[in-house]
Amino acid sequence: MPNIIEVKDLKKSFGRFEAVKGISFSVAQGTTFGFLGPNGAGKSTTVKMLTTLLRPTSGTILIDGHDPATEPDAVRHAFGIVFQDPSLDEDLTAWENMELHGVLYGVPRGTRRARIDELLAFVELDDRRNNYVREFSGGMKRRLEIARGLLHHPKIIFLDEPTLGLDPQTRNHMWEYLGRLNEREGITVFFTTHYMDEADRNADTIAIIDHGAIIASGTGEDLKRQTRKESLEDAFLELTGCDIREEGASGLEHLRMMRRACGR
Amino acid sequence: MPRTIYIMWLRELKKFSRSRSRIVGALGQPILFLLALGYGLGSVFQAAGQGSYIQFLVPGVVGMAIIFTSIFNGMQIIWDRQFGFLKETLVAPVSRVAIMLGRTLGGATVATVQGCIVFALTLALGFHPYSWVLIVPAILIMFLMASLFSAFGLTVATFVSDMQGFQLVMNFLVMPMFFLSGALFPLANIPLLLRILATVDPLSYGVDGMRALLIDTPHFGIAADVTILLAITTLLLAIGSFVFSRLQV
Repeated sequence: MPNIIEVKDLKKSFGRFEAVKGISFSVAQGTTFGFLGPNGAGKSTTVKMLTTLLRPTSGTILIDGHDPATEPDAVRHAFGIVFQDPSLDEDLTAWENMELHGVLYGVPRGTRRARIDELLAFVELDDRRNNYVREFSGGMKRRLEIARGLLHHPKIIFLDEPTLGLDPQTRNHMWEYLGRLNEREGITVFFTTHYMDEADRNADTIAIIDHGAIIASGTGEDLKRQTRKESLEDAFLELTGCDIREEGASGLEHLRMMRRACGR
Repeated sequence: MPRTIYIMWLRELKKFSRSRSRIVGALGQPILFLLALGYGLGSVFQAAGQGSYIQFLVPGVVGMAIIFTSIFNGMQIIWDRQFGFLKETLVAPVSRVAIMLGRTLGGATVATVQGCIVFALTLALGFHPYSWVLIVPAILIMFLMASLFSAFGLTVATFVSDMQGFQLVMNFLVMPMFFLSGALFPLANIPLLLRILATVDPLSYGVDGMRALLIDTPHFGIAADVTILLAITTLLLAIGSFVFSRLQV
């Protein structure tokens, strides 16, 4: 199987702080890849670089054979994304959010309308299509975002902590959808999560990142065998240590805010 | 490109038409200024030999509606950043310039509509333009002004990441731009410093353009007004497109 994501020596620094310190990994087409790590380990920064939102300091990325730095639009066509925080327009209806996405991605009108119907049915929101998104629950918003992320038939779907704050029922449902999609369309799933059982159950391969470096990778079984632990959770704690991390993400956010305020 | 501009334009219109409270709220301030200042200072203005203050003030308060609505609209990008929608547009395979243009035109359309509502109200309150036909080019001036300030709001908002920043911009940029623009007073015979400030304030030219067309009392002259408005709008669109294309989240 060819690799749909190929990352080599990827680095990202914010000022003097090195958030990602030269990581390399690859994801085979059609597989489900779990990207794990404690808070502030560099997960979100990596996802942002893969999805053209952040320019790497150095290193190379190939997404479906394209470099996000030089061919952002080709890369953007190749993936769909569900962000960690909702990214829907709350003042628009479910259908309008889908329509806007379809137009931005240049899906022709006829195909677009048909796919919106199909996807809204798929995530069981077809009866709520004309409701404003602000009336939706967290789970409904997530489902709508997944549907939206799939509208342009991407080859990869990125999910950044997609099940954060969802109840087990919704979480289960969501993985069921994704599993079916993976089977039916051969879509590659790239996700980050803090739930180790979720990663163990759904990911074909896993990479663990900590302090900006990948410290282990392989299947869930590999990681358990490597650390001689029963569960992936224990393996994860063995690898990354038991110290509670500072909310690095918000620290980073803060740093970037200051940079922005300084006009750089 | 036209597709992207259209859908982003449509989004602004939908959001605007769905927030009735915003439409009504944005009417209050200009009308209050018109009535309180218009009647309050009307006799003083007349005694100074300047004619009807209400007549003079109408282009000013229409300009007020436009600058506030369009900058507020442009700065909605701060909300989009906080509520995450900005990321959705930033990962889309479309040019950032098209997104910027769509948002600018959408904001400009919305602000022009708001300006027209205020203008219609002033007509109901007794304003009489010196020529009814010239209302049409006056609306074009409104749109030009609205485009300028939408682009301005968007550009400024890309440097601001929270609500505090928004307040800062409103208090230290928008309010001075309004009060120093000649919206409330004639620009002839004012102190030098004030004249300099009014001359570099783009709102001055918008208000002056409307005064030229609606009550025939221009200060800079309509040709100068249009030229300067067009030049600044183009410049701001260029700057805005550049900063927007460099935007990272």
